[in-house]
Amino acid sequence: MKNLVEVKNIKKYYGKNEAVKGISFNIKEDEILGLLGPNGSGKTTTIGMLLGLLKPTSGEILINGQKLEGNRIEILEQINFISPYIELPKKLTVKQNLTVYGKLYKINNINERIEFLSEKLRLEDLLNSITGELSSGQKNRVSLAKALINEPKVLLLDEPTASLDPEVGDFVRSFLEDYKKEKKISILLASHNMNEVTRLCKSILMMKDGIIIDEGNPKELINKHGRKNLEEVFLKLSRSKNELN
Amino acid sequence: MYGLFLRHFYLITRSFPRVLDLVYWPTIQITLWGFISNFFATHTTYYNNAVGVILTCAILYDFLFRTSIGFNMLFLEEIWSRNFTNLFIAPMKIGEILTSLVATALIRALIGLIPAVLLTSPLFGISILDLGIFLFFLFLSLYLFGITLGILVSAGLLRYGPSFENIAWSTMFLLAPFGCIYYPIEILPEVFQKIAYLLPLVYIFEEARNILINQTVDIQNIYYAFLWNGVYFVLSIVLFYYSFNVAKNKGTLINMGE
Repeated sequence: MKNLVEVKNIKKYYGKNEAVKGISFNIKEDEILGLLGPNGSGKTTTIGMLLGLLKPTSGEILINGQKLEGNRIEILEQINFISPYIELPKKLTVKQNLTVYGKLYKINNINERIEFLSEKLRLEDLLNSITGELSSGQKNRVSLAKALINEPKVLLLDEPTASLDPEVGDFVRSFLEDYKKEKKISILLASHNMNEVTRLCKSILMMKDGIIIDEGNPKELINKHGRKNLEEVFLKLSRSKNELN
Repeated sequence: MYGLFLRHFYLITRSFPRVLDLVYWPTIQITLWGFISNFFATHTTYYNNAVGVILTCAILYDFLFRTSIGFNMLFLEEIWSRNFTNLFIAPMKIGEILTSLVATALIRALIGLIPAVLLTSPLFGISILDLGIFLFFLFLSLYLFGITLGILVSAGLLRYGPSFENIAWSTMFLLAPFGCIYYPIEILPEVFQKIAYLLPLVYIFEEARNILINQTVDIQNIYYAFLWNGVYFVLSIVLFYYSFNVAKNKGTLINMGE
C-alpha cells in the first residue's frame, strides 16, 4: 500500500517551548492511524502542521507525494478535518453549510454530493434545520459530512466522537470503518477513547512531551507492556519517564 | 471565493434582525445629522449656501464606517462562530479570502446606506447626488480606505487573536478627528494638521465641502486621496500576509474562537 501521508522528522518550537521535538511517521492508504497522548503531548500541534495551519520549525510533510510546503492549496483540496473544538456557522441551515463548503472546495455536483452524504450519515431530515439548533450527535454528523464533502484522500479526526452517546458514537465509528474501506483513504485519529482506538486502528502512535514514546499494533502494545487493555497501556506510558522506547 | 460570499449572504438573508441592524444605524445617524444640519444652516453663515454639507459628509463618513466595520464583522463572525479553522483549511488563497470579504463588505455597506440616502431627500430636501460624477470617486476612495482599515484590523486579529477585537471597534473613532469630516482642516492644531495630511480622509471631506460650498472641483484633492489610499492599501495587504505567516508560526490559527 502507498503512503498517503509521510511525516519526516518534524519539529515545532514556540520560542523555548518545544511542542514537537522531531517525529516521523507514515499513514498508508486504507489505514487508520491512532494518535494517542496526554494533554499537551503535541497531538494538536502535529495535526495543525498536517493541515498547514502551523509551520514546522524543521522537517517535511508530504501528502500524496506532494510537499505541503509550497503546495498548500493543492493539498488542502485532498484533506479535511473535524474537531469538537471547531464548528460550522450556527445560523445557517445544514444544507446551506454543506453548500458553502462544497463551493469552497470547488465541488462540481454539490447537490448530488450533499444527497449522497446526507443519506449515508442520516441527515436527510435535517438538511433544512438550523445547524446551531441540532443536538451534539447531529452536529457531529453534519461536521463529518462537511469533512467528506471534498472526498478527501486524507482525513484528520480530533476526538470525533467526544460527547456523543454510545449509539451515535458507534454509528460514527462504523461509518468511518466502512468509508475508509470503500474509498481507501488514510485517517489520522486523535482520541482519548481507548476502545475506539482499539476498534478502529491497526497501528497507533503514543506521544508524550513532543516525541513518539511508543508505537505499534494495539494488541502488540498491550502484550508488550503486560497490561489488560490499551487504557492501562496509555496510563502506564503517560505516567512514566520517556525512556520506554 | 463565491462560497465565502454565499456564507455571509445566507447569514444576512436568514436573519431579519441582521438586516434591520444594517439599516437601522445609518438611518438614525443620518436623520440626526439632518436635523443638526438644519439647525446650523439657520444659525451660521458658513453653511448658508449649502445646507446639505454636514449631512452629505455624515453620509460619506457613515459609508466609510460601515465598510470598515462590515469587513471586521465578517472576520469576527468566523471567530465567534468557531468556524475560523474550517475557513483556513479550505483550499482558498489568502487573496481569494480577502477578495470575497471585500465584495461582501461593500454589499453590507450598501444595504445600510441606500435606504438612509433615500430618506434624506424627502426629509431634508437634500440629495447627495449634488456632488455629481465626483461622488463616485469620493465613494470609491472611502470604500478603499474602509477596506484598508478592515484588512489592517483583520491582520491584527490574525496576529493577536480575538483579544484584538476591541481595536476593531475603535479604529474609526481614533481616526475620525484627523479626518476633518465635519470641519475644515484649519480647525485642527498645526501638529494634528500634519498628521491629517497623511490620511486620505482629509482630502475626501475637504473636496466634498469644496464641491458643495464653492461649486468647484479640485482634482488634486481627489488625486491625493487615491495616492494615500494606494499606499495604505498596499501596506495593509503586506501586513495581512505577514500576520498570516506569524499566525502560522505562533499557532494562532488553530482553534481560534471565543
